[in-house]
Amino acid sequence: MRRIKIIEEKIFVFLSAFMTYSLILVLMFIIGVVFVKGFNALNPDMILKTPRGGYYYGGEGGVLNAIAGSLYIAVGATLIAIFIGLPAALYINVQLIRHRKTQNTIRYFLDALWGIPSIVYGAFGFTLMLFFGMNASLLAGIITVALLISPIMVRTFDEVLSTIPRGLYEASLALGSTRTETAFKVIFRQGFPGFITAVLLSFGRGIGDAASVLFTAGYTDNVPVNLDEPAATLPLAIFFQLGSPIPEVRERAFASAVILTLIILLLSFSARFMAKKYSRTNLR
Amino acid sequence: MSPLTPTDSNVLTVSHLNVYAGDHHILRDINLEIPSNRITVLLGPSGCGKTTLLKCMNKLTDLYKELKVSGNIYIGNDDILNTTHNIPAIRQKMGLLSQRPYPLPVSIYKNVAYGLKIKGIRDRKLIDFSVEKHLREVGLWDEVKNRLNAPATSLSIGQQQRLCLARGLAVKPAIILADEPTSALDPISSKIIEHLFREMKRHYTIVLVTHVLRQAIRLADHVIFMCDGRIVEQGSPSDLFSHPQSDELRAYLIDGN
Repeated sequence: MRRIKIIEEKIFVFLSAFMTYSLILVLMFIIGVVFVKGFNALNPDMILKTPRGGYYYGGEGGVLNAIAGSLYIAVGATLIAIFIGLPAALYINVQLIRHRKTQNTIRYFLDALWGIPSIVYGAFGFTLMLFFGMNASLLAGIITVALLISPIMVRTFDEVLSTIPRGLYEASLALGSTRTETAFKVIFRQGFPGFITAVLLSFGRGIGDAASVLFTAGYTDNVPVNLDEPAATLPLAIFFQLGSPIPEVRERAFASAVILTLIILLLSFSARFMAKKYSRTNLR
Repeated sequence: MSPLTPTDSNVLTVSHLNVYAGDHHILRDINLEIPSNRITVLLGPSGCGKTTLLKCMNKLTDLYKELKVSGNIYIGNDDILNTTHNIPAIRQKMGLLSQRPYPLPVSIYKNVAYGLKIKGIRDRKLIDFSVEKHLREVGLWDEVKNRLNAPATSLSIGQQQRLCLARGLAVKPAIILADEPTSALDPISSKIIEHLFREMKRHYTIVLVTHVLRQAIRLADHVIFMCDGRIVEQGSPSDLFSHPQSDELRAYLIDGN
């Protein structure tokens, strides 16, 4: 009996460890392959120059247009999503604190929104764009991506807020603060590290998504300077270059993927650093 | 019985208070008076409605939609239960100490300064003075004076609870509502809190919820024994504990010891 238990324990420890480390291995493998395949095409030109004539046939230039477009769209959409997400999440958790049913209904709808594939957002954004007589543009891309990531932002903010103990609300109210003061001075402070994670998650989804910007942001070889100009994005740049019959161009697709991955990794590290710094005062 | 009316020596009067949660009758026709500058102990087994009664007193029951509250609670001549006017000011008349400390997610200094800033006080010197005064009042000053900017969560649980007390005192309440304030603390920290309560009743009126009989005996000037949402008996501790009238209290005294 005892032996069986020991064996059982060993098998399960091995299995769970194996699964955990294989995931990390897979991540390393993905990054490794992308790096190796794109390494030859990685040069300063890639991030400093826009495509010149004949770029897509192996000519000179880089993907600065896509880097700038992606950053513009992701930053713009994230800012809009924060402005939607923070008040919404605070409303759900502070004002609706006594209305559990309403809270849960809202959460259900947000989860449904989260689950909608991004191509559907793309199609919706496209319809919206035509309705308002707009062209494929930076603005249309930003709005569509903001719609895509807002549910993520609200729900992750919401998850953070719902883990904040009720006693902290009560303590703050008992000191004579209003609900609004409680929300901004106490709850926001306590949730700050979680909010950073939420913003990062949304930003990552926004910058990496191709389907939602396919029809709405369009594609261009220039860095957009106005909101009504079309904007290129890294995922689409990867897509177009990867479809090329020319090996040098396909190599550049991988180099672009490296750039996209690096942007996300850099952001992830800095967000972690900030979250750590601000969780010092937090109630655990 | 005639409705209770507030008198000078009573800070707070509860009259015909009923609380329902759905079909469950949590508090049944509660009538009581909280004498000023005394420690009034709400004693009773878990789930008898002590905490709910305490939360009614500073309107934290507003946070729970499922609770239906009726009756009156007077401070002076104001019925605080049936008003929606300036609730923060009502809550500032009462300091709350909960079962476990909930320090705000800021520094030690800012925890005490928080209530003052909410009140609109901006004078830096006045806030400094008040922070020191109230940290001294709870005997925490010497322990934290060199690290006022450290996170409040870096303190031990016992220190955090005293910080929460200081934070409450800084808004100048008349009444301290304490909901089993020592239940999460070690014996030494509990002793410090009990000692503080004895000192503080000179300036404050204290309502203490506890299910620890020994604590009630040590601290109470006035005991309200509750069971099953009702007040079973109330009176001075010597009367109540040496001559219990009801079966419930008799049973509680035997089990509680």
